[in-house]
Amino acid sequence: MTARTLGSPGLRRFVRRFRGNRLSVVALVVLSVLVLSSALAPWLAPYAPEAIDVRNRLAGPSVDHWMGTDSLGRDTLSRLLFAGRVSLFAALTAVSIAAVLGVPLGLIAGYFGGAVDWALGRAADVLMTFPAIILAIAIIAATGPGLTNAMIALGIVYAPRLFRVVRSATLAVRAETYIEASVSIGTPSYDVILRRVLPNILSPLLVQISLMLAAALLAEAALSLLGLGVVPPTASWGNMLGRGFEDIRSTPALVWWPGLSIALATLSFNLIGDGLRDAMGREIRKGS
Amino acid sequence: MLGLFLRRVLVSIPLLGVVSFLVFSLIVLVPGDAAVALAGPDPDPAQIAAVRERLGLNDPYLVQYWNWLSGVLQGDLGDSLFTSQTVWSSISARLPATLSLAGLALLLAIVLGITVGSVAGLRPGTWIDRVATVTASVGVAVPYFWVGMILVLFLAIDNTLLPAVGYIPLTSDPVSWLQHLIIPATALALAPAAVIARQTRASVATVMSEDYVRTAKAKGLSPVRVVGKHALKNAALPVVTVFGIEANRLIGGTVVIEQLFALPGIGQLAYQAVFARDFPVVQGVVLVSAVMVLMINILVDVSYGYFNPRIRQS
Repeated sequence: MTARTLGSPGLRRFVRRFRGNRLSVVALVVLSVLVLSSALAPWLAPYAPEAIDVRNRLAGPSVDHWMGTDSLGRDTLSRLLFAGRVSLFAALTAVSIAAVLGVPLGLIAGYFGGAVDWALGRAADVLMTFPAIILAIAIIAATGPGLTNAMIALGIVYAPRLFRVVRSATLAVRAETYIEASVSIGTPSYDVILRRVLPNILSPLLVQISLMLAAALLAEAALSLLGLGVVPPTASWGNMLGRGFEDIRSTPALVWWPGLSIALATLSFNLIGDGLRDAMGREIRKGS
Repeated sequence: MLGLFLRRVLVSIPLLGVVSFLVFSLIVLVPGDAAVALAGPDPDPAQIAAVRERLGLNDPYLVQYWNWLSGVLQGDLGDSLFTSQTVWSSISARLPATLSLAGLALLLAIVLGITVGSVAGLRPGTWIDRVATVTASVGVAVPYFWVGMILVLFLAIDNTLLPAVGYIPLTSDPVSWLQHLIIPATALALAPAAVIARQTRASVATVMSEDYVRTAKAKGLSPVRVVGKHALKNAALPVVTVFGIEANRLIGGTVVIEQLFALPGIGQLAYQAVFARDFPVVQGVVLVSAVMVLMINILVDVSYGYFNPRIRQS
């Protein structure tokens, strides 16, 4: 995406400012490498992720296995690449579910205000009373372990957080003169919301989504580590970490690599989020 | 102050009512017939009927909720489906470990966060500030459970300075209690400490450029008093807000940490209950943790009043 393809001068300024933030650009590159290497795992990985080599259990790094092997003799590098697909996709799914629930409701609450706003706000309060992981675990307790259930649970847990950001940004935009102008010439509400409000709250929304991806990645890893998320033999960074901890005395690499991957990915999402926020105009920053 | 506290408690009661209804309603999420799903593998009709009777699933829904709630209000969270213990006795037996872990972690987070944040905020732009800022960014992002594992690797395996796992009650041996908790509590404290440090740094840096701080300095007050009495107290509000949010996250984190470090807390109880599908226990733990979060939020709101007199009056 280059500055030229983007329409408004505001967005162009946004991209230019983001580009000026060196740390965020580095984070974007790191994240791209992680995403690409995960996406291309079937072609990049030297072994199948479930391929067992019984004679090479808990091996150190070698020419055959660059990062060594786990307790079943599976190649750590290959599993790490395939696990990246699962973990990153899981985080994306959870945040998408949160967005599908939280964004429209936040727009409605912020735009219409009144009783709807009050009711939705209290519902968000209630959901935010539960610690995220504990609510997710409770939902999984009812629905059973597994990646899909874990992601739905996380999506529900994060929805009120996104709702609040969208609501307060909408409130700020709602007070602008151009919205009043649109309303006064008789533009229908859904049109005002979709064409006037939504484009103007995209920046704070993007920032929040970026930070939330980091949180979702961590939460998915925590759930999979506990055996409540991604179920073996499918590899995810979280369950690799959980399995690896059992062999930490003999093969600490099994804890280092998946942990580093999670840390790099979450750090990147956070730094990109910071960069996006700093690149926003002052007028929008106030709104969030 | 007491008035503010009582008002906040009163406001929390309807919230707690809705929370309890949601906790109770979790059972709706169990796919199919809850009694069949919870009766264990290959249940015979008698077992299913027994579970149904025990969960009170034959009553109308609101009656079920009311029965459950009136029990809860009398301290009766129901009985475990699989052990002979009541839910409350299982939880109360495990509260000390969780409160030890969470309390120590929160203490560490506050002390570390405020110290690092003040030091950085008093010297904005210097190398100390930069190191602190970068460390905080990394601290926020690094997975706490991984930090715990790496600390175990360095402190318990490579050097045998501390025990890797396990728990000793405070009452039986305080030193050993601390030794067992220091790694898990540090792991749990790192992210909140980083967030608190960031917030403290920003508020202290802003407050230090205010006129009243300049006046205090001009009066000839010692730097310690300027920072302690004028800067930190006024910088505290945003820090307290962050503390509330982080406390919520930290309580969630105890579940993972307790499992990793074999600490017999309510997080571990919840974990075991999920796999056993012991639903009353899950409901009890979720309710207790929500109450903990609510209590922390009330304390946070009341401390606003302490730090900012204007809030006390409104």
